[in-house]
Amino acid sequence: MTAAQAKLGALAVALLLLVTLPWWVGGTYYINIASQILLYAVFALALNVLVGYGGLVSLGHAGLFAIAGYAAALMLENGYGHLEANVSGLLVVIVASAVFAVLALRATGIGFLMITLALGQIVWGLAYRWAGLTHGDNGVNVSGRPMPFGISLSSATSFYFATLVVFLVSLGAMMLFVRSPFGASLRGTRDQPRRMNALGYNVWLIRFLAFLFSGFWSGVAGLLFIYYNAFISPQVSQLQSSAEALLMVISGGTATLLGPIVGAAIVVIMKNVVSAYVERWNMALGIIFVLIITFMPEGLVPGSVRLWKLAWSSWRRRAPATAPAEERAS
Amino acid sequence: MTMPAASVPAAGASAPVALGVRGLTKSFGGLKVTQNVNLSVAPGERRLIIGPNGAGKTTLFNLITGEITPDSGSVILNGEEITWVPSRRRPHLGLARTYQIITLFARDTILRNVTLALLGLSNLRWNPFIEIDRQQHLIDAARAALARVGLEHLADRPLAQTSYGERRRVEIAMALAQNPKVLLLDEPFAGLSVEERRDVRALLQAIPRDVTIVMIEHDMDVALEFAERITLLHFGEVIVEGSRTEVVADPRTREVYLGH
Repeated sequence: MTAAQAKLGALAVALLLLVTLPWWVGGTYYINIASQILLYAVFALALNVLVGYGGLVSLGHAGLFAIAGYAAALMLENGYGHLEANVSGLLVVIVASAVFAVLALRATGIGFLMITLALGQIVWGLAYRWAGLTHGDNGVNVSGRPMPFGISLSSATSFYFATLVVFLVSLGAMMLFVRSPFGASLRGTRDQPRRMNALGYNVWLIRFLAFLFSGFWSGVAGLLFIYYNAFISPQVSQLQSSAEALLMVISGGTATLLGPIVGAAIVVIMKNVVSAYVERWNMALGIIFVLIITFMPEGLVPGSVRLWKLAWSSWRRRAPATAPAEERAS
Repeated sequence: MTMPAASVPAAGASAPVALGVRGLTKSFGGLKVTQNVNLSVAPGERRLIIGPNGAGKTTLFNLITGEITPDSGSVILNGEEITWVPSRRRPHLGLARTYQIITLFARDTILRNVTLALLGLSNLRWNPFIEIDRQQHLIDAARAALARVGLEHLADRPLAQTSYGERRRVEIAMALAQNPKVLLLDEPFAGLSVEERRDVRALLQAIPRDVTIVMIEHDMDVALEFAERITLLHFGEVIVEGSRTEVVADPRTREVYLGH
């Protein structure tokens, strides 16, 4: 079995598990947890475009996530349909991303991080204080989920499948993006911006477009969120939400596709499942992150691959008789 | 302003100019790193720029490529003034450079490094919908550029696993892949062994004459042999310019290099 075949097989098994999840996961509660993981995975994948592939660490992405959610929720509240609300939510988040990008891309590194943090806080401030529009701390209620192709999404299972479809589309877009010439350009600007400029690339514009792409998918996750929760409040846009998304990306492994998904699963499971048994679940989450950063500073997914390879090669050294055959087979 | 390409009216020179620099001046605070520098490099010429450390050689390259903007003066490429053309546009006009301090993509393979150089001049670089590994014409062109520097057999090796001498050649391959009209080489022999120097010299000599080359180099043995004309910079000023024998014989060259 070649590495590519193994990867394809693992992908098929993962897909099968995801599609059959409502039947084996054991109850509505866990189906809802799975929906949450998927919607946060979309968010983490979006953030990973900038953090992992662009080398631009943003602490304001919860602001973009919330802007799309608020825009759609307010449209719905004012009697517009789901289609109009979702399209407006996405248009608003693209415009907001453009504004964020123009301001934040004046800097890279710590400067970029601080500007995005400030922008995220401005969104939070508006959501909290502009009560005439956002109802302040009371938030906005979202009544009813859309019915794409006449299928009701009101049950946990049907909403899970809708989320799964969106997640798979976003994952597909990310896969394509990473392998595309534009993805290669973005990674080039992360590793050698000066060289990229000297090779004829417009470094600023590449980063700007990547920011829009990242903002768009953050907005998609925000729309899933309001339909999942039927509610949005300023809490969604606060710094802690941005930090959580960043932790998902970093703990799972930046610049990988699987990493942010695994990171999203860890954070959501800790927040929802473990908190039912451990009162100080926040501390447990902290300990897990410290352990990850200590033993796998590159993140859980690349770190596990590294340890697995290490274990595999030491096992092969101990069993030299079988080693040549294995090598020929792979 | 329209003028026939490749004929720039300049003081005392009516010959075509591939790369021209007129009265270029740059200061960093009180330090004048480039003082009223004039250069006129003919098409196909091999020009060597020498000077002690801190003479402003690399700064001159950075001014020519636009990474630094000059305080005054102008830069002319193939008859067109490019002083205010953004540096990222200049490769598209036929200007390529290598770096003295190796500036490569350490996480990628050698092939991907050269592919990025090709992609920089292609509109494909904006495309998020296709797979870069399936752009056969890009990959073929990148392999061809690697063949020119004798690295084709290492194309799929990650850059992190290559030697310093190989990386120097990747630098040159990336510049050559862009098919430049004017090539700026910043110390292409720095840190190379005797055998590697011989290889790099041979590969530079194999570059066809439709490419104009300006080279900064400290190694006089290889450099003097390569260049037709030499410009000596000292404290940001052109001290001596002329043919190989003229510059070597000039007492000011001795003074700058020996300090007496």
